[in-house]
Amino acid sequence: MINKFVASAEAALADIPDGATVMLGGFGNAGMPVELIDALIARGAKELTIVNNNAGNADHGLAALIGAGRVKKIICSFPRQADSWHFDKAYRSGQLELELVPQGTLAERIRAAGAGVGAFYTPTAFGTDLAKGKETRRIGDRDYVLEYPIHADYALIKAERADRWGNLTYRKTARQFGPIMAAAAKCTVAQVRETVELGEIDPEAVVTPGIFVHRVVRIAAMRKVA
Amino acid sequence: MKKIDRKQLAARVARDIPEGAYINLGIGLPTLVADFLPKGREIILHSENGVLGFGPRPPKGEEDEDLIHAGKEPVTLLAGGSFFHHADSFAMVRGRHLDYCILGAFQVSAQGDLANWHTGAPDAIPAVGGAMDLAVGAKNVLVMMEHLTKDGKSKIVERCSYPLTGARCVTRIYTDLAVIDVKPDGLHLVEILAGDLSFVELQRVNGVPLKYRAAA
Repeated sequence: MINKFVASAEAALADIPDGATVMLGGFGNAGMPVELIDALIARGAKELTIVNNNAGNADHGLAALIGAGRVKKIICSFPRQADSWHFDKAYRSGQLELELVPQGTLAERIRAAGAGVGAFYTPTAFGTDLAKGKETRRIGDRDYVLEYPIHADYALIKAERADRWGNLTYRKTARQFGPIMAAAAKCTVAQVRETVELGEIDPEAVVTPGIFVHRVVRIAAMRKVA
Repeated sequence: MKKIDRKQLAARVARDIPEGAYINLGIGLPTLVADFLPKGREIILHSENGVLGFGPRPPKGEEDEDLIHAGKEPVTLLAGGSFFHHADSFAMVRGRHLDYCILGAFQVSAQGDLANWHTGAPDAIPAVGGAMDLAVGAKNVLVMMEHLTKDGKSKIVERCSYPLTGARCVTRIYTDLAVIDVKPDGLHLVEILAGDLSFVELQRVNGVPLKYRAAA
């Protein structure tokens, strides 16, 4: 019997090694898997490469992971925010490497990894500093930049509902990177508010099919972080 | 110069957004446009974080941390609104499905180059977000900004000195002084917005030659 439910966040992340590339869902606080990140901090893995749209807010979630000194490199589109002090400090002190990627290119590189695409040409960033040193090509009447997929060892995402096969639904704008990160990682761990029996999720409404999900942890009362 | 204020500028931009348009509003000044979209026109707002058809900020106490726009402010969802993942969201952006995006700017060049993501200062932390995708993807890229820097220099320039967000992408510029179209043969004045400003004076502060054909 397939059962992807795992008893705790700690158990779900017990094998994350030092040096792993970890995708974290979430856009700002919406969709950020805070309890999984807490467990990742407790697990103690270091020298991590993190993929997220941002670089953490205030003192929780990704910001706390950076504050704990566990992140070697971050791949993101928008690190600088009013409350990104943990990132700012680590970046300015030279402890943290930043790969800045336009947001749509970030999403497409993640999608490409999950879809088995070797690389793709995008018009985004052509002629800008973020395309420096990259291969370009003129196709038709437009110029494009060659971009490569971003693969990950783990994806930690937050969803709303799951069954034991790992089928997921999301809630509102907490969805964003979840579905594409789930497909891009070798091991995807989803924290969900609710678990249900097989068949209870309308198959027409499944957003992430269970093939992309490996472990599911129910966190009934998710911490408010806004 | 009687510059128009931020609200007047937002209202002026909003007037040009037609019924049925799909539109993305950048963070900052462009966000204000949402408050001035003409009543009675159905205009659908897109945000990078996977929502189409969002509405105004909810009343205090009814905010939902899972329902925000890309500026990370709480919003509501209108009937007919939808949610989707980030790659789909940027397929809408890059795939030329958005009719308009409105972006702020540090500088716009006479050719429509846009600089709005990085000052290039060595100690600045760069952040780009979705600006580069919007700049190449929307059918119409509108810029909304103050015409002059704090020390009185034109932000419309021959060549951008700040790092580019996109090359030759801006189609129209709205400032607190004027509305200006970017066309292959240069900049065309559409309308002066500052009440007492003459074309000659605008031309003097603008720094880059403007073409103007008075309505016949």
